[in-house]
Amino acid sequence: MNTPLTPKASQVTTPFWEGTKQGELRIQRCNACARFYFQPRTSCRHCQSLDVEWRPVSGRATLASYVINRRPMWGTEPQVIALVELDEGPRLMTNIVEVAADPEALPLGMRLEVRFSERGDMSLPMFAPARGEA
Amino acid sequence: MGSMHHGGVVIVGAAETTELGTLPTTPERELHLDAARNALADAGLTTAGIDGIATDRAPVYEISDALGIRPRWFDGTAVGGCSFMVHVRHAAAAIAAGAVDTVLITHGQSGRSRVEAPPYVLDPSSPAGQFEQPYGALAPYSTFTVPVLAFLKSRGLTRRDLAEVVAAQREWAVPNPRALRRKPVTVDEVLDGPEVAYPFTKDMCCVVTDGGGALVLTSAERARDLDGAERHVYLLGSGEGAEGPLVSQMDDLTSFGPFRTASQEAFRTAGITHADVDHAMFYDAFAHLPLYMLEDTGFVGRGESGEFIRAGHTLPGGRLPMNTNGGGLSYTHTGRYGMFAIQEAVRQLRGEAVVQVPGARISFVQGVGYMFGAAGSLVLANVPG
Repeated sequence: MNTPLTPKASQVTTPFWEGTKQGELRIQRCNACARFYFQPRTSCRHCQSLDVEWRPVSGRATLASYVINRRPMWGTEPQVIALVELDEGPRLMTNIVEVAADPEALPLGMRLEVRFSERGDMSLPMFAPARGEA
Repeated sequence: MGSMHHGGVVIVGAAETTELGTLPTTPERELHLDAARNALADAGLTTAGIDGIATDRAPVYEISDALGIRPRWFDGTAVGGCSFMVHVRHAAAAIAAGAVDTVLITHGQSGRSRVEAPPYVLDPSSPAGQFEQPYGALAPYSTFTVPVLAFLKSRGLTRRDLAEVVAAQREWAVPNPRALRRKPVTVDEVLDGPEVAYPFTKDMCCVVTDGGGALVLTSAERARDLDGAERHVYLLGSGEGAEGPLVSQMDDLTSFGPFRTASQEAFRTAGITHADVDHAMFYDAFAHLPLYMLEDTGFVGRGESGEFIRAGHTLPGGRLPMNTNGGGLSYTHTGRYGMFAIQEAVRQLRGEAVVQVPGARISFVQGVGYMFGAAGSLVLANVPG
């Protein structure tokens, strides 16, 4: 494999991927328990209510964990494969971009903001160090 | 109806494939069959004495048919590397209920050479295909490992604690001729090794091998009619648990719920405490797993796993001899390592291990399935109940 993998939307996840194409990060929120959740599904992760809706979120997040993959399946650059926690609660896997692939530059708890990176006919949410945030 | 725990069900046969390591001409199915024949011979049985079968990776009837078995009970539970712990538990329940008399559990995997092995299938619309794999989280070394910095930070541990696990386990592997990595190694040498996925260096990641193993289980009543009672191993307790398919969506990055659920059930059903355990096998595809498991299964308190390893408690002569074959990190790892963890526990309880724990009576075995996806736990002993 030398080509980056491109995700394919499924019926339930289509609003997520339509959002990223428009430069908007959308996450499902439960109207019954008022919490956001991920990954996309037809009922709330927390309370199983079917009363859920898609909401745009801030795109702001905190770095929770990561590895620096020195043996990537595509390309030659090391990948920062990270878990980030959105300010709204849910955790996403992503890549950290616009920063050196160096532990010194990647302290846990670092503030991040979303970027959108085109891949094939899709757009992937990735995260970069937040600008101008204390 | 008999008891599935407390010695009502007995492991009467246990064996690995004749060869382990790099087997470039052996098809995956033949690894199942070689292990099965070895385990049957170990039990003093033929396939005529088997009426139940369980396996993972191959459809269960492919293996039974290849061995000429027409089963009246089967279990194809496929939850990754801990499938075999779960097969033991399910087989024990079925034997106790009278649904089956004698069960063969097989594992075979051409994990290194991939000879006639099932192809990897990538589904870009699966949860992982949409939300993990596009970021490079494909191989286990870049996926199973991702929560580790959160774990270490929450405990005040460092990557040096990962290296301590490797160095401790290598001590068990050095004298073992079947272990793949046998060169003594220091903590600093592990840290200075080639980086695979920071914070993991090469020796913090398991070996990748070809091989297999098999078990034969029956009721205590039937076991009495077989030779070799002094080598029989009894199931005292067991447990299982599962979360989900995405490592990124673990309920808690720093503690795996199914380790807690499965191990608590195993201890509860066995009616023993941690102090009763003489020997432990903690499935170690990567060096962080024994740290999670020591804490989540309750052998040490939260945050104490690093110090427990550093103090030498898991070494030969230690308080809790752990991964005494060298583990997945040094002995072997076909991809579904759980079978080998059970095999080493059986060898220790029979007094037949390469590096034997003197007087081992009770062994605790903790498995993990997929990448923080599922778990299975066993309490085994060389005396019933």
